[in-house]
Amino acid sequence: MSKGLVESIERDYMRTDIPPFRVGDSVKVHVKIREGEKERIQVFEGVVIRHHRGKAGASFTVRKVSYGVGVERIFPLHSPRIDKIELLRRGRVRRSRLYYLRERVGKAARIKEKR
Amino acid sequence: MKAIIGRKLGMTQIFAEDGSAVPVTIVEAGPCIVTQVKTPERDGYSALQIGFGTRKAKNINKPLRGHMEKAGKGYFQVLREVRTDQPGDYQVGQAISAELFEIGERIDVIGTSKGKGFAGTIKRWGFKRGPSTHGCKNVREPGSTGMATFPGRVLKGKRMPGQKGNKRITTMNLKIVDVRPEQNLMLIKGAIPGSSNGIVFIRKTNRG
Repeated sequence: MSKGLVESIERDYMRTDIPPFRVGDSVKVHVKIREGEKERIQVFEGVVIRHHRGKAGASFTVRKVSYGVGVERIFPLHSPRIDKIELLRRGRVRRSRLYYLRERVGKAARIKEKR
Repeated sequence: MKAIIGRKLGMTQIFAEDGSAVPVTIVEAGPCIVTQVKTPERDGYSALQIGFGTRKAKNINKPLRGHMEKAGKGYFQVLREVRTDQPGDYQVGQAISAELFEIGERIDVIGTSKGKGFAGTIKRWGFKRGPSTHGCKNVREPGSTGMATFPGRVLKGKRMPGQKGNKRITTMNLKIVDVRPEQNLMLIKGAIPGSSNGIVFIRKTNRG
């Protein structure tokens, strides 16, 4: 009974507006960034290489290659700082963690699209 | 003194308004029933005795059963005493709920820590380990416990192996993140002593 209460509280803080994306998908994450008083939105576009499950503490990692440098960013899935997540392309992958992409560049780092 | 008895339910994380993740402990706080009002005239000091939780009547001895029946709200798992300046404001049988506390208030949480049994100095006091190779045999040993002929004894308070945990612990100056009196729930920032389902005593802090 106590476990259920903890989960119900977590649910209050979880977001329901996030599209169901999976590992291997290409996404655009719109992040709210606060600079002093002003708030603006920054877009981080890349491939989801990890989805860490967990109720309110779930997170996901997005990887992109920016000017030849690999950049990975971990977002808390239910963070209010995330304005929205756009799903660009569904990828067909055979594992849950795409760490192998780190060793690949260019053509080798492509992911097939899911039909 | 503002105080309430509760039960630790577990931990999770929530997001603050600025987007930062806050670790919180969820506590079922109250409702507590006043079982006795102590007054300076009769008892020499003023205090409230409050009860929390439920227990079967057959598991309580008869004198205690009679004492709890005076409040007429069933049988309690725990009874605790809270000092108060106005004992006249309370009656036996009155309920105290989590409404007592507000969001942002600072509190102390008292509980019984998880028992770790008989533990050595490394686990209990964070001593360093000896070298594990080159023929050394003092890997997890406590080392020297003192000096030589002078003082000729081990100083009091020397950290030694022994029981770790299962001890009353007070965690001070914790912040209340959320209070939900309708559900009897309280969200406290950070960790509190003990395991889930453990009984904790929550009081307004006397710090700052």
